[in-house]
Amino acid sequence: MSDATTQQEKFPFGIASVSIGEIERRVPPGEAPPLPPNNRLAFIGKSVPRFDARAKVTGASRFTVDVKLPGMLHGRLLRSPHPNARIVSIDTSAAERHPGVRAVHVVTDIVGRAVEQVPETDPPQPNGVRLPRALYAGAPIAAVAAVTPDAAAAALALIKVEYEVLPFVVDLEEARDPNAPVVFRSAVAGSGFAGGVAAGAEVAQQGNVRGPSRIGTRGDVTKGFAEAEVTVEGEYRTQVQTHCCMETHAAVADWHADGLTVYLSTQFTAGVRNELAAAFGLPRNRVRVLVDAMGGGFGSKSGAGTYVRAAIALSRAAGAPVRVVHDRHEEQVDSGNRPATFQRLKIGAHRDGRLSAISLYTYGTAGTATGAGVGNFAQATYECSNFDSEQYDVFINAGPACAMRGPGNTPGAFALEQAVDELAEKLNLDPLALRDRIDASPVRREERRIGAERIGWSRRHTPGADTGTIRRGIGVAQSLWGANVQTNASCEVRLMRDGSVELRSSVQDIGTGIRTVLAQVVAEELGLTPQAITLRIGDTDFPAGPPSYGSRTTASITPPARNAAYKIKQKLLEVAAPKLGVAAGALDLRDGRVFVRAEPARGLSFREAAALLRTDAISAFASRSDDYGGFRRAMGDAALAQNDLGGVQFAQVAVDTETGIIRVERVVAVQDCGRPINPEQIESQVQGGVLMGLSYALYEDRILDRPTGHVLNADLEHYKIAGPRETPEIDVVVLENYQGESATDAYGIAEPANIATAPAIANAVYNAIGVRLRQLPMTPAAVLAALGRAPYGG
Amino acid sequence: MRPFEWIEAASSAEVTAAGATTVADAMVMTNGHRKVSDPTVVKAGGIDLLDLMKEELLQPRRIVNLRGIAGLDKIAGQEGGRLRLGALATVAQLAVDPLVRPYAALADAARNAASPQIRNVATLGGNLLQRPRCWYFRSVHHHCVRKGGETCFAFGGENQYHAIFDHRGCAIVHPSTLATALVAFDARIELTDAAEAKRETALEEFFVLPTRDPHRENDLRAGEIVSAVLLPKLAAGARSAHLKQAEKESFDWPIADVAVVLEADAQGLCRRASVVLGAAAPVPHRARSAGGGAARQAAQ
Ligand SMILES: Cc1cc2nc3c(=O)[nH]c(=O)nc-3n(C[C@H](O)[C@H](O)[C@H](O)COP(=O)(O)OP(=O)(O)OC[C@H]3O[C@@H](n4cnc5c(N)ncnc54)[C@H](O)[C@@H]3O)c2cc1C
Ligand code: SF4
Repeated sequence: MSDATTQQEKFPFGIASVSIGEIERRVPPGEAPPLPPNNRLAFIGKSVPRFDARAKVTGASRFTVDVKLPGMLHGRLLRSPHPNARIVSIDTSAAERHPGVRAVHVVTDIVGRAVEQVPETDPPQPNGVRLPRALYAGAPIAAVAAVTPDAAAAALALIKVEYEVLPFVVDLEEARDPNAPVVFRSAVAGSGFAGGVAAGAEVAQQGNVRGPSRIGTRGDVTKGFAEAEVTVEGEYRTQVQTHCCMETHAAVADWHADGLTVYLSTQFTAGVRNELAAAFGLPRNRVRVLVDAMGGGFGSKSGAGTYVRAAIALSRAAGAPVRVVHDRHEEQVDSGNRPATFQRLKIGAHRDGRLSAISLYTYGTAGTATGAGVGNFAQATYECSNFDSEQYDVFINAGPACAMRGPGNTPGAFALEQAVDELAEKLNLDPLALRDRIDASPVRREERRIGAERIGWSRRHTPGADTGTIRRGIGVAQSLWGANVQTNASCEVRLMRDGSVELRSSVQDIGTGIRTVLAQVVAEELGLTPQAITLRIGDTDFPAGPPSYGSRTTASITPPARNAAYKIKQKLLEVAAPKLGVAAGALDLRDGRVFVRAEPARGLSFREAAALLRTDAISAFASRSDDYGGFRRAMGDAALAQNDLGGVQFAQVAVDTETGIIRVERVVAVQDCGRPINPEQIESQVQGGVLMGLSYALYEDRILDRPTGHVLNADLEHYKIAGPRETPEIDVVVLENYQGESATDAYGIAEPANIATAPAIANAVYNAIGVRLRQLPMTPAAVLAALGRAPYGG
Repeated sequence: MRPFEWIEAASSAEVTAAGATTVADAMVMTNGHRKVSDPTVVKAGGIDLLDLMKEELLQPRRIVNLRGIAGLDKIAGQEGGRLRLGALATVAQLAVDPLVRPYAALADAARNAASPQIRNVATLGGNLLQRPRCWYFRSVHHHCVRKGGETCFAFGGENQYHAIFDHRGCAIVHPSTLATALVAFDARIELTDAAEAKRETALEEFFVLPTRDPHRENDLRAGEIVSAVLLPKLAAGARSAHLKQAEKESFDWPIADVAVVLEADAQGLCRRASVVLGAAAPVPHRARSAGGGAARQAAQ
């Protein structure tokens, strides 16, 4: 990038708690000047209270489930009662005649699940349409729109479906048997992201087993293990976890003469707009997707699911808006989940701790989707030149998985971080000392140092040394996650003649607080308060924003927000300059004033300056430029920054050796996200990540009934989630890690905050009781079983 | 949920006049035939009833609301030292009422049940009569023995939350946490029928094992309502406690709970121990040998 159009600039560089130096970067034209460290800024780096806090707690926020349009109908989906069935015939005539029914739709496409490459061989319906097989109990079959939810539900019962019930398999182990019922009759296409990394497209498939993918394989593991002086090997199992969004999947579709408007609880308005335009044959400018407040997504609301398409089809047929909202059953069964995995992990090391080989063999199930891999955690976290992986997807008759907070790396870390702990013990090394040796990241080193101090690592006893009924222990684990950036991310900043400022982008606030963050960034640049900035987001009529998945929202949209604000600033200074009799370059903006830098008392108020505008409003557009140091790689709209994100978490647990109950007493989470923009909001993200990780570690487990193929706990009663009384003290530390990579130098936090919690708890449990639990969730029954095998008092 | 008719009852006679059946009967279907068609059922707090209706496991034609019956929520001492707990007293009330406090195991059990929101609405009668939580029973896709079907899916299925005692024919655990404590106190239940006639029976006997009838958990008859639960006078020096163990503390059902009532004599020696296990069997399970053992041990 060192061509004539770029210029050289000096940026702060380094970790604030260690030392901040400088780095020179070549910067493309139009970028705002380098931002000093947070301690020299007014709003960036300050915990500005979240804009929507009051609305959220008073119930004023408008979620998609709250959207009510005139004449709106209520849609409901008919779902398969069988885990595997062919639809022989479907008769909707009685449902169509039911009072209050306005439209009936038969589902022909199911999105989210893997797609067979060989065309459907089942005979078509009398009208020539081929219907997909119902591949899991709860698979969508048809949908009804009616004037009331009750009428819609009653009409569903009138749809006559003749099923040919087929054998099925819902157990991961049974499905691997070559004689097991086959979920997909031909090879499937696609590479799901539920495992974090897309498996190669051309992989073999036999029965229900697809693979292997050999992601990350390098060097020579045979040689590596031959050189190893110490090896550890273990088998780990993780369960299916569901997203459990507080706001279930929800859409209100309005097909009208001008096109299509969809109110959607979504993590990616712009992406869904594009998807729907293609699916319904509309130009993109005729499709509008909107979301105001949103109650969680965690990866499950990235695209336009089958229910959204059904809502649209119903709206088109009925000529009225149609609302489709999943109930909790549908949410648990058919809106995505984190795949279950089996991992066999072997690590070889030299006496001094250096790793000589890592070998990872895994299989897992994403139900009827692909992508049950375990991410790049084992491959990328520690230095090791010989790495070998063999990863398989196993299909079962269950709802398709999708990405979920830290996909792949979350189960991956559960295995690797325990294996590293085990290795440390075998090497007679402290687990932190071993990591200091094998982890090249200076950021993680600092995180270990800070966390060790805060948890009181020095008082950690040797594993199993505690006695008595309640035994305590401390454990540590690391997290690693790619720093993602969406280059297709843009916004517009507008200044009106009355001094009002707004930012417009389709970026959505999924509850993480990007509204507030963007206001901070724009306010900083324009010398206004964040409260003075109006945010118009979550609407595809505005410039295309990034998705809110892959922890990339802040990284992608804050640099263009600052650059657009910077352009507005320059324009405003130019307008004010003649009035103040100086060149624009001699002016600056702060505290709601335009002033002469050399003579701060001389100036105009921001409003007075804005009143000088020639037109009613001016506007500046900016899109995400590349990271100044370049990306590691870029694929389409998405790019990966040079340095990974991560964190180190420490857990302190108390294990009741009589009941087997594990109580997490304290978690210290030290995380990094480049330049923190709003520390309190980041802290909330980390707390959420820790809670989700704790809940994954101890409680959550989707239970599929082997004999009948149904999810037995498709509710929040028997699907157990950590509640207030399970919440430990969570101590969050966020590094300021300056890298001089963009106009804000900010990266993401949500996913890295989730990855280390379960293994940190597992390592703490080991430290407490001297027995390792290699399976999730770590239930009381699992603890007691483990203790029964242990050399323990009784 | 299906549309239904709503009736406000002011007295138990009106309930009977409405022709109420038990929810247990209303949920039985054999060979495609419902035992009761277009049932009328009664509602107290409605926590369980609404759950069953939302899941379309129960589709009543009419609902009789008991909440308007005056005096049915009273907690009052009786002649002879018995304590009378009105069937409409809420679980939250039981947790804090000063008259209940001496029956510590009951107050504990009330505090330990469900969540604050549920306790504020749930009633004593409804709590004792709530249907089991077996996930097959609660699934429209599983027509099991308890609903008039042929199969108990818990056998050979996912039964980690099921009974370890007396599970022949059906392996539910009784869902009521209050019942564990009440049976330990030898409580009696008072039922009122059409003619306002009352019958009283030991609560322990009121509950029904699946071997006797797998379709119902208790001996409630059509047209009857529970009017009260009666606690015997507490022996001097009696002490009691209830413990609930769940997999997690917030908002979870017990995987085991136990109520213990110990009666001591003037010397402070234990004369009688009543130990009842909850979440262990289709009815509150009296641990006879543990109770006897505790009494003997203390006596020695
Ligand atoms: C998440 C959750 C957790 C829970 N945890 C626990 C727990 O730990 N322990 C526990 O014990 N319970 C628990 N419960 C259950 C809850 O306590 C019961 O559902 C509640 O007590 C029922 O009382 P109700 O007054 O709402 O009954 P309703 O729903 O009104 O009635 C229940 C049944 O009793 C019948 N009925 C009610 N009153 C009378 C009467 N006076 N005469 C005749 N018939 C009557 C109704 O017809 C119906 O069949 C939990 C519930 C939930 C949702
Ligand atoms: S345990 Fe009882 S309620 Fe559960 S499936 Fe068996 S018969 Fe039905």
